[in-house]
Amino acid sequence: MGNRSVIPFGPQHPVLPEPIHLDLVIEDEKVVQAIPNIGFIHRGLEKLVQKRDFTDYGYVVERICGICSYIHGMSYYEVIEHIMGIEIPERAKYLRTIWSEMSRVHSHLLWLGLLADGFGFEALFYQCWRLREKVLDMFEASTGGRVVFSVNTIGGVLKDMDSSMLKSFVDIFQDMDKEIHKCCDIFLKDYTVETRLKDVGILTKENAVLLGAVGPTMRGSGIAVDTRKKYSYAAYDKLDFEPCVAYEGDSFARCLVRIEELYQSIDLIRQAVDKIPAGDIITPYKGKPNGEFMFRAEQPRGEAIYYGKANGTNHLERFRIRTPTFANITPMLNILAGAQLADVPILVLTIDPCISCTER
Amino acid sequence: MADITKSPWIMHYDASSCNGCDIEVLACLTPLYDVERFGIINTGNPKHADILLITGSVNTQNQEVVKQLYEQMPEPKVVVAIGICACNGGVFKECYNVLGGVDKVIPVDVYVPGCAARPQSIVDGVVKGLGVLKEKREAMKKKA
Repeated sequence: MGNRSVIPFGPQHPVLPEPIHLDLVIEDEKVVQAIPNIGFIHRGLEKLVQKRDFTDYGYVVERICGICSYIHGMSYYEVIEHIMGIEIPERAKYLRTIWSEMSRVHSHLLWLGLLADGFGFEALFYQCWRLREKVLDMFEASTGGRVVFSVNTIGGVLKDMDSSMLKSFVDIFQDMDKEIHKCCDIFLKDYTVETRLKDVGILTKENAVLLGAVGPTMRGSGIAVDTRKKYSYAAYDKLDFEPCVAYEGDSFARCLVRIEELYQSIDLIRQAVDKIPAGDIITPYKGKPNGEFMFRAEQPRGEAIYYGKANGTNHLERFRIRTPTFANITPMLNILAGAQLADVPILVLTIDPCISCTER
Repeated sequence: MADITKSPWIMHYDASSCNGCDIEVLACLTPLYDVERFGIINTGNPKHADILLITGSVNTQNQEVVKQLYEQMPEPKVVVAIGICACNGGVFKECYNVLGGVDKVIPVDVYVPGCAARPQSIVDGVVKGLGVLKEKREAMKKKA
């Protein structure tokens, strides 16, 4: 029995770009329990739905989180479209898929960079973020924004990409693929990285199921479930892919899943560009939504659930989001119990926490 | 740090931002925008920082944190509010839990608007902050 003490972690901490507070109960150097305290960035966006028009609220949903912005926005409009029974054009579906996958690439590169920074490998952090800037440039060329795109609308998308632009994106991704390989090889093969990640923070398959982990955190524990495959939306049913899985359940496995997903996303973009049909990008609509719908989407961090209830007026009655990080906080606490104090920042990072999404 | 005017250390705190401005602040530090060429270094310790970059609006829970961080920084210090939310609440202004811009809690010297603020304007804001830092330092010298 060692000395028990409580160490506060956050809300302002060098490794965290976002505020989350953990009270770490430690015994000597070992964490016995982690008690989270959240609410530092709660804004109350779900309540705002009662004040904003349903046509405008999409812009608010996009600003729930700057990293997952595209998929949040898209999912809001999918909910409204399902309530109103609008069938969006095929081309719009493919465009949504391409942008979704591009935001996955940018999000995973961002995370790899933060992870590298977390264990003090600054050069690798810079390399990952250098690659990420290329994705942001493509976003800027196609939508006009770097972080928040506002390119979706009810019934489709607002901007089209012509074939030369799509082709140039595929070429850029082809080049990036090689550079990503170079970069990710360091994560997978470097001795120093391995010592920080391998056999650290193990989440067993049973615990992942029991505690309701989602996304790469769950797939790193050997459960092959991907919302894109299971509840196919946008154009995912026409693309060929399998969920990426790793079986060890440690930090390294979660890192491996995200790296595999990078290559998978690039491949999905290539497939979507090959198959994209010509045609309209937007279906006109009339009237106001009335009814309710629940929609699932695979965010870079895992499955997000969106629930909307409309009553035929200008404002929705309720719009609820269950974000992936919220589901991953309980598995994170499980991982933290029993870990070394020095590993805590890395372990918190491995679930890819997005606190803005969680607290809204 | 009163003698330093050319190589300030910055500290970043996310008040209740959506992450958009935060990742742009981080992007400023990476090779493409590279604020380190101005001698700027990102630090996590308020006691080492000269410039505080705040993104997002303040709410009831984080206003104490923001105040504490500000008070822990040594004089002279500059606060740069990044993004429209930090300036006046922006798109979240009507939310029940948002008090408004950062200037409701601590004095702000430079406002950088935008949603999300572009890295170029963040760099511009930080460089403007350098000027304010110099003025404050000279005012302190006169007093002493």
